[in-house]
Parts: sequence; structure tokens; C-alpha cells
Amino acid sequence: MPRPALRLAVEIDGDGAHPAAWRRAAHSPGELLSPRRLARVAAVAENAGFTLVTLEDSILPPGSGDGSGPVGRIGSVERAAFVAASTSVLGVAPVLATTYAEPFHVSSQLASLDHVSAGRAGWVVGVEEDPRAARAWGRPVVEGADALARETHDGLRVVRDLWDSWEDDAVIRSVATSRYLDRSRLHAIDFAGETYSVKGPSIVPRPPQGRPVVLARRGLVPAGLADVALVGGATPALVRETAASSGAPLAFAEIEVALDTPRETARERTADLERYAPWGERPDRLRYSGPADGLVSLLAELAGHVDGVRLHPLVLDEDLAVLSRLVLPGLFARRLAARPLPGTTLRTSLGLPRPLSRFTTDGAAVPAPEEIR
Amino acid sequence: MTRADRDDVPRPDARLHFGVFFQGVNHWTIWSDPASGSQIDPASFLRVARTAERGLFDAFFLGDGLRLRESGGGIHELDVAGRPDSITQLSALAAATGRIGLVSTSNTTFNEPGDLARRLAGLDLLSDGRAGWNVVTTHNAWTGENFRRGGYLDHADRYRRAEEFLAAARAVWDGWADGAVAESAAARSWSVPGAVGRVRSRGAHVDVDLAPTLPRSAQGHPVIFQAGDSGEGRDFAARHADVIFSAHGTDFDDALAFAEDVRRRLRAAGRAEDALRILPGTEIVIGATEKEAEEKARWVRHEQVTPAVALGIASRLWGIDLSDRDADGPLPTEDPVAVRDTGTFGTRWVEDPWPVVAEWRARAEANGWSLRETVIELGPQHGHVGTPAGLAEKFARFARHGAVDGFNITPYLIPDGLDDIVDLLVPELQERDVYRTAYTGTTLREHLELPPVA
Repeated sequence: MPRPALRLAVEIDGDGAHPAAWRRAAHSPGELLSPRRLARVAAVAENAGFTLVTLEDSILPPGSGDGSGPVGRIGSVERAAFVAASTSVLGVAPVLATTYAEPFHVSSQLASLDHVSAGRAGWVVGVEEDPRAARAWGRPVVEGADALARETHDGLRVVRDLWDSWEDDAVIRSVATSRYLDRSRLHAIDFAGETYSVKGPSIVPRPPQGRPVVLARRGLVPAGLADVALVGGATPALVRETAASSGAPLAFAEIEVALDTPRETARERTADLERYAPWGERPDRLRYSGPADGLVSLLAELAGHVDGVRLHPLVLDEDLAVLSRLVLPGLFARRLAARPLPGTTLRTSLGLPRPLSRFTTDGAAVPAPEEIR
Repeated sequence: MTRADRDDVPRPDARLHFGVFFQGVNHWTIWSDPASGSQIDPASFLRVARTAERGLFDAFFLGDGLRLRESGGGIHELDVAGRPDSITQLSALAAATGRIGLVSTSNTTFNEPGDLARRLAGLDLLSDGRAGWNVVTTHNAWTGENFRRGGYLDHADRYRRAEEFLAAARAVWDGWADGAVAESAAARSWSVPGAVGRVRSRGAHVDVDLAPTLPRSAQGHPVIFQAGDSGEGRDFAARHADVIFSAHGTDFDDALAFAEDVRRRLRAAGRAEDALRILPGTEIVIGATEKEAEEKARWVRHEQVTPAVALGIASRLWGIDLSDRDADGPLPTEDPVAVRDTGTFGTRWVEDPWPVVAEWRARAEANGWSLRETVIELGPQHGHVGTPAGLAEKFARFARHGAVDGFNITPYLIPDGLDDIVDLLVPELQERDVYRTAYTGTTLREHLELPPVA
């Protein structure tokens, strides 16, 4: 069965995927942290036809720590909310980790992002692996794969349950009984994990999408808890392989892209930046470098095997323009990819159903997915 | 008012500062009226913020509560509830407004300074210097049940943690020297060597070590608001805050006494008297005539204090469950019971119920009031009722005598409740030269006429 058209996401953090991308940015270095620059990038992404932008984040400064690249970054949720209010159909997905953050706050922030965006919020589940983050948060360090996985899974469960803790129709405005709320439609989540517990319910009414779309690196969270698995591999064959066992309803391929511009080839542009810092290859990402039509062909090749792609442009100010003029129009013209429709939620754009609250009922709670298996 | 009249007052050139408080809890917000809009739809927030901006308000203010209120053995159902995370909502408003300040109420007990300072700094940059932070503290274990931190803080420690927290936040905001980012892409590195510092803050409650990720905003730091009314809270404000948000703005003498107390504390803390703005919370009901205003106010009170709300307020005052009584009947004959404040219903309205109950009984008997009427007349309330001209005269007096610097106004209806104030009251204030006719600055600090951050 042919898959529906590809959905396109783009990472818009910083000046691009290359650590020295700021050298080729179309603005002065400090302008990176201005609202005007953020709104401009979001407008280009929306107009181009991307379904979703993602926003990388950490409490630690971006970059390798050698201080040569940008060390400034506005928090992902603040940027996402600002982008949501500056756009009308674009999905927005900040990276947030529950390694040290309070899951209660993370849940409220994402639910609120879904409200301010009228149902366009996503969440890229992150992990704070660097022990320096513990000092920055002022919390005991979480070390080792098992502990990191536990904090990620527990946080995700708490966040999801808090989203579900208000049934959709909890606000009743019953003048006859003087009640604004029906407390029987609000639920304590009573989460009790190994290291902490959370009572609930949320302080934010249920998000418009029920649950914002959860994106997570393949294998990071238990099957059934993410909506979109971010998959990758150094070759298209590896991408296909990982997509086939993604453990989530949808799989998006991670692709780094460097494109030829009217003045310079991708190779020349990359070489220019390599004078300052290396662009290290990542085993979990495909990398494409070359002319726009070659990227169209690559995406056409992947279209039967993944549901979407997340692009990581070498330099946002340069590659986003080429994507917008030469790549996305080609994909849309051939119906290999689709734009989000006005007035639709991110879930609808992705073909994902709107989940009922797991507490919804006429009595009995719906079991959590992991309990079903 | 002529020039000569003005010379008789201590602050002849005072200008009022208005904020709007989109409250999202409490019975002040009428939800039963057909004109009452959504409490969560972004359009409601935008409508209120834009109306306030049209009225040249200083600030749009959001509250915070980290657990849903409870009454009668379960979640409190009678009032509006369900609010967005304030910094998230305000970051969206930063994109959709141009001048108005954006103030987030954020809790120092259940946040971490490195994270919260960064979020506030981000809002401050995204709004070009319009962010404010209303610093609140909590100690109750009941709220702590929603957090991995848990209910770990003693009552006595909550302001100590807040002080350490605020000091750490300020260090984060000052972490970058001015001009810390390279001028051009040809520079050796993105940041100027040595211009980006580290923050190491170690105390009894806060222990962090981090590299701040943001420069100072156009206003230096977010503006600090403080709302505690206790002696401790007032002292905290006198030492640290730029704005104090009080409940002393209805009666002139009470407002002046509060303002003088705060100024005394400011002097004791070694700060200038004009370093702090005093903005009491208030509700304003406007009518074309005094009679019309009174009638409207009566309608507002009846919508706010439904029979069930009256019984709820009386139950909390008496310390016993009165929900099965008749609100239209007489006051309960039982004596009030002193109950421990569990914090499950926000800040307690009265500490000692005995004198209040005694006064209610006396007044109810003298006037023949039912329980509901008594709550309407004597229950917790705050507000001004009058004609635009009458209110403008009254507020000019408050300002020129130094009783207030302005008001933080809670609309009784969302999202249209501010319209009368902006369309009818503001012009009258402008005519009396006690309200700005245009924004003269771009940042919240400038709107509030606060000194720049050192």
C-alpha cells in the first residue's frame, strides 16, 4: 500500500547544523537571539510548506564548549510559543528533557503551547546526558544509562497522564448548579515511580490535540509512548531498515542537508566552514550534500519507507532558501510531500488520531498503553 | 485641578500606572454571563492584552497556582479554573503585542533558579525588554505533591530560599558583559573572550554552577514584582522588588497607610522611596451615572457571589462545612472553628475568624441581611464603583497623595471586561493629566518609571 505523502520537518535551532554555521548567517552574530530573526526563520519555514519546526535545547550552552561557536540560546518553549503566535499552520516542537526538569512543569508548558498554537504543538523528548546539567539545575546527578532511561520514561508517563487528567468536557459551566467544573471529570494521576511521585491533576485544561505529538529518537522511549520515531542511518538502506522497526506509528528520517546555492556549491560552502570547525558525521543521521534536485530524488526514494523527514540544514539562512525555492515545490508538485492545511492540528496533518483521555469513561479508566501489552 | 490646587498635594505630577490581571481563579471572574469567554483560548488572552495596550497600560499580568484548589473534600468546582503556564502564554503574547509589559507569576519553591532565570530572560529578549516576574513562594506540602522536589520547605524557610533564588537569578541575568557577542562573522569567536561568565551560587537552599546562555535585555533585568502582604513579604519587597502588588487599594486611608509602611521599610532597607511602585489589585465597575454604576456593581456582586459561592466563603470563614445551608436564610448560629490553613484554597482571607463573624452578625441583624447578602456586602472584595469622571477624580487623589502608584485591575468579565476602563476611564484620567497619553518608553521598566538596573 502506498504511504501518504511525506511530511516535512526542519530543525531551526541556532544558525544551522554546522557548528560554524554562524559564520555564513545573513545577520550579525548577536541577532541570533532576537525575536525578529526567530520570526523570520519561522515565516520562511511556514511559507515553504514545512509541517513542523523543531527547537533543540539544553540548560547548558549550545556548542562543543570550546567557545568558538554560539553560546547563547533562548529556551525552546519560549521560542516555540513565540513562533506559534507568529505563524498559523506550522507545527512547533521544542526539545525538553525530564532528566532534571519537573515533569509537572514540562506537562504544563507543552499543554499551554498546544493551547497558544491551537493544536500545533509537538514535543521532542530529550535527555540531559551531560553531568554538568545537574549542577546547572542544582539537582543530584543522574548517571548511567539505566537511570537516564528511568527519568525519561517516568517523565513521559507523568506528562502524558497530566495531559489526560482533565477530560475534554471538564468545564461544564452549569449555571443551574453553580458549578464551572465537574470534578468527576478531573483525575488525580497518582504516579509513583522509583525516585518521585506526582499527584495531579494538571493545572492546565486538556490540550486541544488531547496530547501534543510526541517525537522521540528511535528506542529512547517504550513502544507505544511516542507518536513519531526519529530514525536515521548513514545510508538510505539503513534508514529504511530502522524505519521498519521504529516502534511508533510514524517514522521520520533524520537528514542533514547542504545544498548548492546559486553562487556556491554545497561542497564549497561546507569547505568554507570546515576551516573553522569540523562537521562531525553522526551514525544516526543521513547526510546529503549537492544540488536541490538530488535531494528531491533522495526524498522520493525514501517516500515509500518513512512517513516524513526532519531536515538539519547546514546553514539556515542559506539552505532554507534553497529548500523553499527548489526542493519543497518539486516535492509538492509531484505530490511526494504535502503541506499542512489551514486550520488543522499537527495530529491531523500527520494523520494521527486524537486520543481520548485514558481516564475518560463512564467509570473505568482506560489502561495505559504499556499495561495493555 | 489648577496648578495652585496641585501644589497642595505631595505629588502634583504623579501619573497612574495600570496593569491588568488575567486571574483565571477566584469568584471575581464571572463565568455565568453569556458574554463570558474562554479562560484558556489564546484569543481571550490576546483580546485582553491588546485592549490594555490600547489603553496604554504598563503591564499584562498572569497568576500561577501549582495545584487545583480544593473545597468540600474535592477539587473546587464553583470558580473559573485551568490556566496556562504563564511564561509560555506570555511568550506567545510577546509576538502579538508591541509595548505592554508581560508579567509572569512564578514560584521560587517549586522551580530551580538556573532554569527559571533562563526562561524569564528568554521572555525578556523575545519581548525586547517587557518581561516582569512576580516572585511568589509556597511552603505547603500539599502543592509539593505535584513535584519531584516534594513538600520539603519549612514555612520559615520560604523567603530564605526566595532570597537566594533571586540572587542567583540576578547573577544569571548579569552573566554576560555588555557587548559579549562578536560584531561580525569574521571575529575569532562568537563570544568575546572573557565576556561570558559563570555563575556559582551556593547557599543553604540554592546550589548551582552554570554558564548563563543569554545577554541582558533592553531593560537589563526583568522587573521584579512581589505580592506578599505579611511583614516578611513587605520586607522582601522593600529589599528586592521593583513593584509591590497589594490588597490595599480600595480605601484611601488604608492605601496610604500601606504605602507609608512600605516606604518606611524601603528607607530601612537603604533604598530610595521612589525605587518601588505600589500597585494594589482592584476591580473597577463603571456606569454613566452613580446610580447606574451602583446597579451594575450590584449585578456584578450577585453574579460573583452565587448562593453556592456564598456558602463556600462562609464555610471557609467559619471553618465548618455549611454547604447544605440556605444562603438566602440567616447566618449560621454556630461559633467559628479555628482551623489550620492547609493552603488548599490560596492565601487565607482572614486569620482570625471571631471578630469577622461577630461583625457579620451585628451588621446582618441591623440590616436584615441573609447570609448571601452579608457575604456580598462584607465578604472579601476589592474595588471601585463610579462614573468615569468620579473615578478619575478619586484615583487622581490616590496618586497625588502617594497612596498608590496605580492599580492592577482584575476584569470581572473575560475578555471584554477592560473595555469600559480603556474607553471611558482612561480619557478622563488623561484629561486630568494623571495618565500618559502615549507610551514614552519601550520597556516595562521605562513604563513604570523605574531607575535603570545597575
